[in-house]
Amino acid sequence: MTWRVAETSRPRLPHHVKLRFDSVRERWVLLVPERVLLPNGSAADILRRCDGETSVAAIADQLAGAYSVPSSDIRSEVKELLQGLADKGFIEP
Amino acid sequence: MTLARPMALLAELTHRCPLRCPYCSNPMNLTRKHDELPGVAWRRLLDEAVDLGVLHVHFSGGEPAARADLEELVAHAADIGLYTNLITSGIGLGESRVARLGSAGLDHVQLSFQDAELRNADRIAGLEGCFVRKLRVAERFRQLGVALTVNVVVHRQNLAHLEDIIELALNLGADRLEVAHAQYHGWALENRAALMPNADQLASAVDIVAMARVRLKGKMEIDHVVPDYHAERPKPCMGGWGRRFIAVTPAGKVLPCHAAESLPGLQFETIGHRPLADIWRNSDAFQRFRGTAWMRTPCRGCANRKVDWGGCRCQAFALTGNANNADPVCSLSPYNAEIRARADCESKAPPPAFRYRREVFMARKPD
Repeated sequence: MTWRVAETSRPRLPHHVKLRFDSVRERWVLLVPERVLLPNGSAADILRRCDGETSVAAIADQLAGAYSVPSSDIRSEVKELLQGLADKGFIEP
Repeated sequence: MTLARPMALLAELTHRCPLRCPYCSNPMNLTRKHDELPGVAWRRLLDEAVDLGVLHVHFSGGEPAARADLEELVAHAADIGLYTNLITSGIGLGESRVARLGSAGLDHVQLSFQDAELRNADRIAGLEGCFVRKLRVAERFRQLGVALTVNVVVHRQNLAHLEDIIELALNLGADRLEVAHAQYHGWALENRAALMPNADQLASAVDIVAMARVRLKGKMEIDHVVPDYHAERPKPCMGGWGRRFIAVTPAGKVLPCHAAESLPGLQFETIGHRPLADIWRNSDAFQRFRGTAWMRTPCRGCANRKVDWGGCRCQAFALTGNANNADPVCSLSPYNAEIRARADCESKAPPPAFRYRREVFMARKPD
């Protein structure tokens, strides 16, 4: 069973999933077995905060501050992105 | 248009292997130990690969554990920021070596199994006792927390056990299972009649995987690619020639695909003689089938030409005698009907005995 991402979840990247800044291509890349995912700017901003300590709600608050938008507007987007990654095993609770 | 940068490097450290699988992806003409590149040359190559934009390195073989310096190479790759993957049979990976690979920073291991049924697995691998040894190796990597993919090459002599294979991977705690149909090049082409599944076996495999994917969502990923001969369109081999992928042989030849040496008339560069970036951008071998200019009908003008890039050059050459032809597994190829009929006929006849991969002498010095 996959886990449901909640606002209180504190997601982190498992050992085998690596978020790196690729200085050759000048962009963030998410390295997983056999594949390279290319997160866009806001997805990379979310992934960089998945440290196992920051909650989903706090991640949304931080992004809201950075983008100057109400936090309530982006909570569901943050949850949706993380749920997609959780379903593939690329983030852990 | 700017030239794409390579994403992945396949480092075939050695052709030495204790297994003799009849579908081995190594060339028929195997490199001996005394012709293998030294570790220092591999380390320099990895440095060049990172500068060129490579993100993943796959340490493979043969059995990469046959090289005593495997751990050093993994450590170097991890140090310079590469995502490290070990493609292994598991034979030769005792407790202390697995621990050293873990401390070296190994990110992921792809462990092969030949079947879920002990006797058949050992028979296909051509090595008695290997199945049980592999179980222990999987357990060692799991205890260490290294991500595990179980890879099983499937064919007519193990597809009936697909449900058990999925259970095996699950019980081993695999994060991923690759159900990989044999690719009919080299050794596998020699053994095609002994390996080719029929349409019913294939349809049943597709159903089993579809059901397991639903059941195991979020628990274990299953990769399953329909085998070439039963598909309508060819696969974009290597993501397109010279677009994403570099393979380096045990002797240091730089190839656009690990089987490219089977193609006649191509000159391959050896590392150390020319910078990797120059080989990637300008060498004859990488330019020959890059893009679409080399294509002829039916690829030229085909709407899919930048989707499948004409399929596999090695298969085109092996089955039609000309590497510029469309991959004949494409239904638009004039060779397709004949090739399908032959494969269909082979898959329905009783399987002939395996022609096992030749053994490579493990440590013989040159005379």
